[in-house]
Amino acid sequence: MKIYAGIDVGSCTTKAVVIDQEDNMVGSHVRRSGVDYQSAASESLEIALGGRGWDGIPIVSTGYGRHSVNFATEAKTEIACHAKGGFHYVQRALMVVDIGGQDNKVIKIDNQGRRLDFKMNRKCAAGTGTFIEEIAARMAIPLDMLDGMARKAEKRVKIGSYCTVFASTEILSLIRAGVSSEELVRGVFESVVDRVMEMIPLADTVLLCGGVVEYFPVVADIFKARISGEVIVPPHPQLTGAYGAALFAHQLAG
Amino acid sequence: MAEVKRVAIKATNQLREVMAKHFMELGEAAKMKNKKIAWCSSVGPAELAHSLGFLVYYYENHAAILGSNRTASDYIPIANAHGYSPEICSYLTSDIGAYLKGETPLTKAYGIDKVPKPDVLLYSTNQCREVYDWMTFYAHEFKVPLLGVNTPRTQRQVREDTVKSVAAQLEQMVPELEEIAGRAFDIDRFREILVISRECSRLWEAVLETAAARPSPLTFFDACIHMGPAVVMRGREEANDYYRLLLEELKERVNQGIAAVEGERNRFYWEGMPIWGKLRGMSELFSRLKGCIAVSTYCSSWVFSGFDPKDPFQSMARAYCSIFIVQDDKAKEDYIAEKVEHFGIDGILYHDAKTCPSNTNNRYGMANRLSERLGIPHLIINGDLNDLRCFSEEQTVTNVEAFVEQIEESR
Repeated sequence: MKIYAGIDVGSCTTKAVVIDQEDNMVGSHVRRSGVDYQSAASESLEIALGGRGWDGIPIVSTGYGRHSVNFATEAKTEIACHAKGGFHYVQRALMVVDIGGQDNKVIKIDNQGRRLDFKMNRKCAAGTGTFIEEIAARMAIPLDMLDGMARKAEKRVKIGSYCTVFASTEILSLIRAGVSSEELVRGVFESVVDRVMEMIPLADTVLLCGGVVEYFPVVADIFKARISGEVIVPPHPQLTGAYGAALFAHQLAG
Repeated sequence: MAEVKRVAIKATNQLREVMAKHFMELGEAAKMKNKKIAWCSSVGPAELAHSLGFLVYYYENHAAILGSNRTASDYIPIANAHGYSPEICSYLTSDIGAYLKGETPLTKAYGIDKVPKPDVLLYSTNQCREVYDWMTFYAHEFKVPLLGVNTPRTQRQVREDTVKSVAAQLEQMVPELEEIAGRAFDIDRFREILVISRECSRLWEAVLETAAARPSPLTFFDACIHMGPAVVMRGREEANDYYRLLLEELKERVNQGIAAVEGERNRFYWEGMPIWGKLRGMSELFSRLKGCIAVSTYCSSWVFSGFDPKDPFQSMARAYCSIFIVQDDKAKEDYIAEKVEHFGIDGILYHDAKTCPSNTNNRYGMANRLSERLGIPHLIINGDLNDLRCFSEEQTVTNVEAFVEQIEESR
């Protein structure tokens, strides 16, 4: 069986995906990127391959560490790979929204799968996965409790700052004002969606991907409540970039 | 990543000599006190100062050197600590910070121990209000007069009453400048200087025009370096001699098909200030991606072809009120659209310089409007002219690579 691999070395996590000739995912792995991107990439791929050899396999790397993967056949940006992976699921004009560890991306794609435009968040990490982690640490709430807590909130509190530090102090004010932890957590997720919606007007069809949507599905529910168009969440949102990279690897192989 | 091949521009050696002459003269005059020194903003009344025998020192140029050699990052915090906000012009903060620390890059480059002390400070607010705020600091430090012209901004067209007002402001400076210079104003000398300066503009414009060739013989990054004489020596024959030499070489490069970017595939327009501390890195990035930034607003801003010796004050006023930066968005968009067409541009890059709102043009919808009008994509690069704390290398590289991928994918 011919196989193809994509590796997304992101700022927080490294994702590897292996696909077959029909573009079905036959293996995947996610781990922390750490400080040695090359090792993170090779170990992820090794596990995603599940014992298959990797000699001669077309491999496309992507993500912040894409140029550190010296065994990759080619490097592509995460914008290209998320667009490729996202379009694969929808096959019509759409916007891909990727909420990652350090940055957010919104990519506008036409009905042929070509990129028309893209935007990344500004320098501040507010509205990204890192922001959520920092706020959770500040509130001493384990990450795996956040989604459930947000769903219990009865009303929404507004966290308006687009600076992580300002948002943290805004939360301190809300705590002093007696806002419940559930409402605060909900407010944090709502602010993540706010930051994305400030980047570009969203289209009729939106595909959400990235680790934040994978681990906190409430974010997708907030998007669904906020926008009138269709909101699609692929089977493995966090793997969309790596999957797109694997599709490129397949394309490269002809 | 493969190393990028590149045929160097030979005239760069002469460029170093011309720039050294400029600074050595200033250093000598400051030391010997045998010539008067005027500090002047980049598009300020330099020709007037030259006609009265002043040597002219350009403080924005000094700040750009601080940016280029990345010492700005050491000096900006010093100015911040003295009450100059990190949110304001980083030319200003890096220059004042260096002064407060008693340092200048001119020491290492030319053996000049400190910035040449001015006899007068000149400015024009056509660049921004910050040049005035900047020079008020030095007026206080050096106890020297601060003279300048205030020009209107956000104009669709240059109005005659504006030209008259600015010309009158220029004429009003003359008696005080005469007193500082210790010599009488000679209008014929002023006319001569304007002719020399106009020739510098003509030659510099011709240099930039060579980039219309495919492949282009020079990039925006080259132009940022080679524009030095047009900024600091306009009104001097040495600048014109240099540009004749450079122009000849660039024409020869065009004839021989020598590309500034080997294998040039995509051509870009750069709108906004350079990111001085990242010129080399950005140049290498675009070369690796086979992208040539063939034209820019910034490097085209030192073209004053309207100088007319028959009507020196009025024509100087009109030229300084006609520069890109003082125009409204519609006029700016028309200007960019014409350049995009002429230079065969595939995409526009907007540098959103955190501390330079005057030279940042993407904040009021221009990027979307122009992309729609011209049918070409754009990319906004967040950064700053001198403050590298406002620049993310990783984000920029990813954005630029993705932008090039997008353009290539659309073919």
